[in-house]
Amino acid sequence: MIRPPFRSPSLRWQALGWQALALAAVALIIVTFARNASHHLAARHIATGFGFLREAAPIPIGESLLPYTPSVSSYGRAFLIGILNTLKVAIPGCLLATLLGTLIGIARISPIPLLARLAAVYVEGLRDLPLLLQLLFWYGVFQALPAPRQSFRPLAGVFLSNRGMRLPALAWQSGFGWILLAALAGLGITIVLARRTALSPHRGRRLAAFLPLPLFPALVFAVTRPAIIIEWPALHGFNFQGGMTISPEYAALTTGLVLYTASYVAEIVRGGLISVARGQWEAGAALGLPRAAVLRLIVLPQALRLIIPPMTSQYLNLVKNSSLAVAIGYQDVVSIADTTLNQTGQAIEGIGLIMAVYLTISLGISLAMNLYNARLAQRAR
Amino acid sequence: MARRLLSALVTVVLALILADIAWHFFSWAVLHAIWHLPENAAHAPDTDLCRAAIGHGACWAVIREKFRFILFGFYPYDAQWRPALAVLCFVALFALSLAPKFWRPSLILLWIVILAVVGVLMWGGVFGLAFVAADQWGGLPITLILATFGLAAAFPLAILVALARHAEGLPVIRMLAIAYVELIRGVPLISLLFMSSVMLPLFLPTGWDIDKLLRAQLAFVLFAGAYLAEVVRAGLGALPRGQYEAAAALGLSYWQKTRLIVLPQALRHVIPMLVNTFIGFFKDTSLVLIIGIFDLMTTGRTATLEPAWQGFGNEVYLLLAAIYFAFCFIMARISRTLERRLAAPHQDIEEPA
Repeated sequence: MIRPPFRSPSLRWQALGWQALALAAVALIIVTFARNASHHLAARHIATGFGFLREAAPIPIGESLLPYTPSVSSYGRAFLIGILNTLKVAIPGCLLATLLGTLIGIARISPIPLLARLAAVYVEGLRDLPLLLQLLFWYGVFQALPAPRQSFRPLAGVFLSNRGMRLPALAWQSGFGWILLAALAGLGITIVLARRTALSPHRGRRLAAFLPLPLFPALVFAVTRPAIIIEWPALHGFNFQGGMTISPEYAALTTGLVLYTASYVAEIVRGGLISVARGQWEAGAALGLPRAAVLRLIVLPQALRLIIPPMTSQYLNLVKNSSLAVAIGYQDVVSIADTTLNQTGQAIEGIGLIMAVYLTISLGISLAMNLYNARLAQRAR
Repeated sequence: MARRLLSALVTVVLALILADIAWHFFSWAVLHAIWHLPENAAHAPDTDLCRAAIGHGACWAVIREKFRFILFGFYPYDAQWRPALAVLCFVALFALSLAPKFWRPSLILLWIVILAVVGVLMWGGVFGLAFVAADQWGGLPITLILATFGLAAAFPLAILVALARHAEGLPVIRMLAIAYVELIRGVPLISLLFMSSVMLPLFLPTGWDIDKLLRAQLAFVLFAGAYLAEVVRAGLGALPRGQYEAAAALGLSYWQKTRLIVLPQALRHVIPMLVNTFIGFFKDTSLVLIIGIFDLMTTGRTATLEPAWQGFGNEVYLLLAAIYFAFCFIMARISRTLERRLAAPHQDIEEPA
């Protein structure tokens, strides 16, 4: 930190003066902008405020997690659908990018030269091309698939066509909620048990810790016995019916984001892993710990301290980059806000909402990651 | 032994997969590719031949037909040597700026001169060059203009913001700097571009009509300023405290201290990071596609959307990829060389005995 440049009383007044001036300049700009904006809006008869959120929205929405009818449902609901669509890309995107990136990062330090070389080419290649170009490419790929009648059928009940991927779906039964709850409880108990038994020399005891995870939901299933109905997609005329769809837009956006972000994650993981000294592996082995335990208890905690802060910014980047959806016609929050502001003319409110949504997500992710990081740092001491 | 066997097995399988991919690509891009197209009755290229080859052969004829448009957009055809020369100016500027030999104050002068030359070439209207309005510009020069002018304006802004964020005696100024950086970094670039294209005209007094390209440029400056400010801040933070104290002991004023002691060392420290940020920024200029400015990405996309040439997106995307990759890859390589060189003990700084 720079020492305060102003120390004597007269200089302190000077410091106050400069700060007042800066504040006044910012305030002046804001007031001028606001006055100009209200003048323009009045001249063009554009409404102000967020009242439009309750009006009916004539936006056609292709995919939505909530019930929606164009011209009946409100702009507010359309926005909510947009936010959910953003999360629908962002959450699986972050998980898959982490998974793929970790694999590629490990491949980069693999002792097999060809594998390491390929991973390096992947990382270099994808980082040096604009994400938008990659998204347009993937969208082109998914659109170039054959029409539904000639669709690929890689597995029974799976159809790949230019309308997207059609999969069999499990019809939701009320009993599934309990099974899900049991699975969560099993997961919690497994985590606690696994921690306790990690150092145990008995292989059986270490494995037994993972039993609650499959056992709990299986038990609840055996007791409640909900009906299992699978909806199979079938070709009717020119399109499919039944089952669930992954749209080409969603597939292109998720594929592009995951492959692009994975190239950054790979470098972070590689950096973290090579930062842990070789002696740490050897010391763990000398203690008689199994290799997996050395990785989990000794190497990973040290690598994670280096990996997590840059990883946070990659997750944030992925969320922000998902806004490129608008270029390939996936209706995320930016795309819906853009349509809204074109229809209502309320640009300030529309852009304000976009910014509010992303700021909330950004601050949420940084907060969660900072908490996790603080815990790791504490444990490391 | 088992390990070696596994390693050999993985290598063989990977090599086979690679060979298969390479063969398919070679067959598509060379063996079955179509380079020439016959003319149809309307003296336009007859794309039926290419259409028949979709799926197994590349149609390089689309590049032959469209590459001038992709590179220079709607710039008058006969005057396209001017944007071509401007592109060369930019390349020369980057090359000189990345060579440590040229890192001296006169480099700033060089930037001003070259950017002025680019302006004259693109606009014309003097020295017998016909005037070309900015809305006719397009393609690669727009991408380079957005990136370069954006950087040139964002860099001084970033230094000021980073210094403001580091100024302990001025809490209000510090908070303003933090608010700016966090706000910009928390939202996607697209929202800033939308802001520049639809919101900014509302904020300006009646009669102030700023060109669309300039508005997008402003959004880029705000965006890059925030990210570069964080990089500069990292440099300021990495400077040993003794440097600040020694400067203060010499009785230097704040600005003297900053200009002579703090900034030269802090910036030197973060040069590789600055280059990396610039690469990201160069790629991000492609987002202007969404607000309809004709940069390289937009001209490429437009070329693929023309009805006669639809279906040959991959060929055009490959050309775009090659251009973006060339710029980014070279900059990334230089960044890595600089990193290594700067990490080595400085021979040019005399250590006190």
